[in-house]
Amino acid sequence: MNRDGLFLSNDILMSVEKPERYIGHEVNSCIKDPEDIRVRFVMCFPDVYEIGMSHLGIQILYDMFNSFPDVWCERVYSPWVDLDRIMREKNIPLFSLESQRPVREADFLGITIQYEMCYTNILQILDLSHIPLTATERTWDDPIVIGGGPCSYNPEPIAEFFDIFYIGEGETRYRELLDLYEESRDAGISREEFLYKVSQIPGLYVPSLYDVQYNDDLTIKSFTPVREGVPAKIKKEVVKDLDDTYYPKSPVVPYIRCVQDRVVLEIMRGCIRGCRFCQAGELYRPVRERSVDRLLETVYQMLDSTGYEEVSLSSLSSSDYTHLPELLDKLIVECEKRKVNITLPSLRIDAFSLDVMNKVEDIKKTSVTFAPEAGSQRLRDVINKGLTEEDILSGSAQAIKGGWTKFKFYFMLGHPFETDEDIEGIGDLANKVAAEFFELVPRDQRKNGPISITVSTSFFVPKPFTAFQWAPQCTQDEFIRKAYVCRGGISSQLNQKRIHYNWHDADTSVIEALLARGDRKVADVIKRVYEKGGIYDAWSDYYSHARWIEALDECGLSLDFYAYRERSESEIFPWDFIDIGVSKRFLYNEYTKAKQGIITQNCRAKCNGCGAAVFDAGICPHAAI
Amino acid sequence: MTKIRVRFTKHGAIRYIGHLDVMRYFQKAIRRAGINVAYSGGFSPHQIMTFAAPLGVGLESDGEYMDLGLEDTAPDTTAIMDALNKASVPEIRILSVRILPEDAGNAMASVFASAYEITFYDDKKVLCPDKNTIKRLLERCSLLESMIYHKETKKTSRDIDLKSFIYSLYLKDDDEDKPTVCMTINSSSSDSIKPGFVMEYLCSLEDIKLPDNSLMITRLDMYTQSDSGDLVSLGDIGVTS
Repeated sequence: MNRDGLFLSNDILMSVEKPERYIGHEVNSCIKDPEDIRVRFVMCFPDVYEIGMSHLGIQILYDMFNSFPDVWCERVYSPWVDLDRIMREKNIPLFSLESQRPVREADFLGITIQYEMCYTNILQILDLSHIPLTATERTWDDPIVIGGGPCSYNPEPIAEFFDIFYIGEGETRYRELLDLYEESRDAGISREEFLYKVSQIPGLYVPSLYDVQYNDDLTIKSFTPVREGVPAKIKKEVVKDLDDTYYPKSPVVPYIRCVQDRVVLEIMRGCIRGCRFCQAGELYRPVRERSVDRLLETVYQMLDSTGYEEVSLSSLSSSDYTHLPELLDKLIVECEKRKVNITLPSLRIDAFSLDVMNKVEDIKKTSVTFAPEAGSQRLRDVINKGLTEEDILSGSAQAIKGGWTKFKFYFMLGHPFETDEDIEGIGDLANKVAAEFFELVPRDQRKNGPISITVSTSFFVPKPFTAFQWAPQCTQDEFIRKAYVCRGGISSQLNQKRIHYNWHDADTSVIEALLARGDRKVADVIKRVYEKGGIYDAWSDYYSHARWIEALDECGLSLDFYAYRERSESEIFPWDFIDIGVSKRFLYNEYTKAKQGIITQNCRAKCNGCGAAVFDAGICPHAAI
Repeated sequence: MTKIRVRFTKHGAIRYIGHLDVMRYFQKAIRRAGINVAYSGGFSPHQIMTFAAPLGVGLESDGEYMDLGLEDTAPDTTAIMDALNKASVPEIRILSVRILPEDAGNAMASVFASAYEITFYDDKKVLCPDKNTIKRLLERCSLLESMIYHKETKKTSRDIDLKSFIYSLYLKDDDEDKPTVCMTINSSSSDSIKPGFVMEYLCSLEDIKLPDNSLMITRLDMYTQSDSGDLVSLGDIGVTS
């Protein structure tokens, strides 16, 4: 420790890019006296500080843990590649930001797992902390390593690296876990015995207590508990009333500019839409809203305690929040007084949202964003994206009349049952929007310049707990071919000069598919990639596709099996032991309906009996239980 | 609009925060403190705020300055100082708040010189000159007509005569084993030099090469030049209420 109580020496801090990532001391960061606490919980986002600090989930849990007098929750993020190198060279252990003490001294290391491409960074965190990578090799000298977040809904590829996974929303069960930990340490029981007791707490999954058997065709034969009393199924945890739970009134304010440099206000959880490719739409069911009064009370406290100049409303589909007009009316008035900007991501473009955007944003600087995800109406019905061409064109026409000239369109290529005509429909749709502009705005009134349309496509990755979890993914070559079809569809349009096209690369998409639907055998691949030097795979500059292919070969595993293969209806998935409420039967029915191009209505229009009603919360009708 | 000048410190761990982030820090601290700051017009209004010479990453300071425009015509400087201190991290303390006269130049434009105290980090001091050596070097230096320092950056290199930018340079008289060099040097936007240049030059007189990151530098204050040519602390301009 140097003279300022920092873990890293002045020499190291002066030689790395952005030393601010490693010094802590931010406004609202929580410092406690180690004498007063019983449990040190280090919370980790396995990516660089600026990304990790932008994550709302950690802010909520940090606030919750630190509200417990016996617990001190701290933060740690992945050291950037420059510091990573120095730490390895000099054998410097990873440390947490608040206490500036080694992570390994903590009681718990909680890792939030938000995307598959961070898996190698999880190994980086464990390795730099000098914690054994494999859970069964750990002793009481190591922290209990617990994972959570969306990727823990298929934890199997990373199961051997974790002692526990928390399945579901973190607000509900941590107190029980901490109490059990304190009791267990007082009683002097073994780590194994403690983990066995943990498995009795709802929502907590202890991977070491399960055995997986495989069929000759490599699919799963059985997934069974190895000990009496360990539950065969883990039901996700859900907060029933979002008005009666934790929310950070004083989030930590970073010094460096982070991705999310603003107050983030989560207005609701879940989504009524049921797009068939979307994992979040299923995982976070049922839809639950926060009340306007609580939201306003919270947001003003947050603005007062942080001094932020901007607030962002967060949800999967803000237009579906029932009290949005009332919330915005009040928020706009107060924010104008406070000189605070409001940003509204994930808004459906219509008369209401354009009116709001007009009030809170500078039309000349901002763009209007659509996410049709598929180019033709037929394919939008297949993926159950409840957005019609008429919705899009009337939205864009109103935006054009309102003075907007920048438009962004997001699509996915490689959806199940996609044809080349569907892809060509992308260019067609973009051209229609451009044509609207030239029709609606006479030449002498184009004061903001001509229309500019950006079309971006990413490649479809099938995810667990979606209707498309059975679907094959396209091969890389097929993805590239589709991107060319899309480009051809755009360049054949009359207004093609106004349309700019860019596409996401295909390499990471197939590896993402491997990790998303992988089983326990995939852990070896991840470990090998890490041993070959792979970290920051989510960053294209540091991603090496060759490294992944090499590791797959060495392990005798293939993308054919994990990514490109269609699953049969009866196949046991690695994640089948998790119960998210939404039933496998419902999802398979959705897959069948997709094949036939039949849409399913949203949760508000009609209950489709997905199964999430077991949680008896939010939008779900009680009758459906 | 009334203008005030805030003098603040920057110590400890916070010295690794860059200048732009210190500005962003204050934008938020001012809001937390509820200060009635004036905003520019336009779609994204920003606070009327100017900082004196930026402080390098890794340096500490007792004399940083920020000018603020306020909506109040008769602000209570003590109340502002208290509110800002309450909204601040312990490593940044507000030392004074003064109301500026209308004709005062802003902090950035009027800064002319800075005073520094420089010593060596403990883990590097054995590789650095001791107190007697520093004393001898400073004496040699005082006899020189010029102090030609060869400044190299990534793109350019040029010779600078440091002498014309140094207004005082001496060894601090204290009981410490480690030497502390005090200097007041030019830090105007057009002609500034860095305290490290002077230390390197001093050591070069006896072919001593300072190890990397060995200097522990604290800025003591910043000055403007009065009409008569005297150095006046930026913090002495204006009045408290």
